[in-house]
Amino acid sequence: MSILVNADTTFIVQGITGREAVNLTRECLDYGKGAKIVGGVTPGRLGRDVHGVPVFDTVAQAVEHHGAPIDGSVVTVPPAFTKDAVLEALANGVKLIVIVTERIPRGDVAQMVEYASERSARIIGPNCLGMIVPDVVKMGGIGGPAKDAAKSYSPGPVGVISRSGGMTTEMSSTLTAAGLGQSTAVSIGGDAIIGSSYAELMPLFEADEETKAIVIYTEPGGRMEAELARYVTENNSRLPVVAFMAGRFMDEMPGMSFGHAGTIVSGKEDTAGEKIARLAEAGIVVAEEISDIPQLVKERIGARA
Amino acid sequence: MRFFEYESRAIVAKAGIPVTKHGFATTAEEARQIAEQIAGPVVIKSQVLTGGRMKAGGVQFADDPEQAERHAEHVLNLEINGHMPRGVLVDSKAAVKHEYYAGVVWDGIRKRPVMLFSDMGGIDIEQVAEDHPDHVARAHFSTLMELSDWQAKQLIASLGITGSALNRLTPIIARLAKLFIQYDMTLAEINPLGELVDGSFIALDAHMDMENEARGRQRPLLHELGVGDEETRQAREATPFELAGEQVDAQDHRGVAGNVTEFDGNLGLVIGAGGGSLTLFDAVRHHGGKPANYCEIGGNPSVRKACGLAKLVLQKPGVDKIAVMMSIVSNTRVDIVARGVIKACVELGYDPAEKIAIFRIPGAWEEEGFKILDKYGVEYADRSVSLHEAARRAVVKIQGNASA
Repeated sequence: MSILVNADTTFIVQGITGREAVNLTRECLDYGKGAKIVGGVTPGRLGRDVHGVPVFDTVAQAVEHHGAPIDGSVVTVPPAFTKDAVLEALANGVKLIVIVTERIPRGDVAQMVEYASERSARIIGPNCLGMIVPDVVKMGGIGGPAKDAAKSYSPGPVGVISRSGGMTTEMSSTLTAAGLGQSTAVSIGGDAIIGSSYAELMPLFEADEETKAIVIYTEPGGRMEAELARYVTENNSRLPVVAFMAGRFMDEMPGMSFGHAGTIVSGKEDTAGEKIARLAEAGIVVAEEISDIPQLVKERIGARA
Repeated sequence: MRFFEYESRAIVAKAGIPVTKHGFATTAEEARQIAEQIAGPVVIKSQVLTGGRMKAGGVQFADDPEQAERHAEHVLNLEINGHMPRGVLVDSKAAVKHEYYAGVVWDGIRKRPVMLFSDMGGIDIEQVAEDHPDHVARAHFSTLMELSDWQAKQLIASLGITGSALNRLTPIIARLAKLFIQYDMTLAEINPLGELVDGSFIALDAHMDMENEARGRQRPLLHELGVGDEETRQAREATPFELAGEQVDAQDHRGVAGNVTEFDGNLGLVIGAGGGSLTLFDAVRHHGGKPANYCEIGGNPSVRKACGLAKLVLQKPGVDKIAVMMSIVSNTRVDIVARGVIKACVELGYDPAEKIAIFRIPGAWEEEGFKILDKYGVEYADRSVSLHEAARRAVVKIQGNASA
């Protein structure tokens, strides 16, 4: 089982003729059972194709061509055009949007998220690599080319949620090497405001019977870890959570941002130290090193079995 | 990016919020002229992008233009927390009856902007929120619908404010919230917001912080304020080393090899990507290593760019070795980074096997990359070696080097 996507999920790629998007399309088509990419959109390029995927000028044309509602969209257009692309997808009934683009101002993100919520749709990202269900499907650049993704990801009981795209793969690879596969791994994005936080994905993993534990990658900046700690406590979650916190050095450097736009520390609650304390209060163990994660996960799955 | 107070005031005034009569001066003579025009007691305020200026003596009161000139002379030459002032703000001293707080920030959990208002102004709002939570009102608002005045009115009234104060405050808070959205701010704050003896309201100080990502589309405002494209306005001013890093990254548009921050250690870091760099920097310090720098590689940079970054780090005074490490790459090519860092060593006359403490980048095109590293005798590791273990090996090598 999985969350968010499965082998039947249909999606489009907005900005499909861009260099990165062409690669991403190839990767998704090649991986697992092969993604059902039913179209691509680049204004002015109607009638072309990218690796056999038909290109349209508008999302409406793609939906009409498909002849049924389209589940998702991977948006990889320049920052100045992203909001428009996402609003277009939402207005045309798309319910799951992965925004790859980075450097989008918060005002735009807030508008996209608010409109998505009105349309009962979900946004993953921005500034993310999407998600992967090992051996089944990937939606986004996560894990890279199919043969590379296959080295890092394997099916299994761990749900992975990460604010860093690269670290989603690093952690999953470490889990895989230790014999722990993943149910779904989600790169949620490194910005200050993102469509789906840890706490917002937790109910989906709760509902997925295959998932037995959660591993998260986290950083300084924002209050998302406190939100997760609250969720786990208030909902008496069945899923043990193991966290890794990077960027501890930033606590000594208030006002500076490293790694991702969302990492700026603007208050005491944003620091790595405070977050580790909040997570610990909720019973979430914070690993000192990535290589400690598999053992911590195994212990916790064992304890709850 | 942060604005100086004199710029923040200009933004507030542009939005139609009353501000005290003031002027910006870069010389004591100019300060005196402004004080003459104000024709009354003035406050001389240092224009620095750092807090604590009151404590440091960067705010002085003057009764007449001559005193204003003397104080300006002093404040203009006063360094505060390592910052020299851009100039001084010469502000008229207003007859204030009461001080309020008004601010707008983003709430990353609710994913909406939130207006904050307090009848206890003039002090740090976080402190007020902690000590007197019933004196801070909050209201989130939509970014899809234009803000309407009632939203500000409801916020202010929730603290029990009524009468003409409510009616005069409402448009001020509404305008502040609108300018926050219009100008892509991450913080828009008027503190204190003064109620004068005559019952009118006026912004006595303002703080504005704008999203870096919005600098492009906010160029008209920035030009109007005279903010140069080259001004980074970060918490700490960029060092020459960091500026050189920006130049390396700007060579071409392919990928990233930059985001350099200077530290004073002996182990140069050529690391990536975003999360990997954060993890690796921690890991090096965890094992007792002293990084010479922070940086990020990602998005498949060219050989030239990887080479440029490695050269910059290798040439930094005090750097004995470099560690080239990344989390598993799927987009960036291992062989390209390997070629770049080896080229940097060779062109600077170093033996790559000696200078590169470790190369740990697994992922796309790793076989090709490892072949090149083998040829030059550079120690490398694949994904079976963790980020922390790779960092530890680099630290051990450089410490062995230092004690030898």
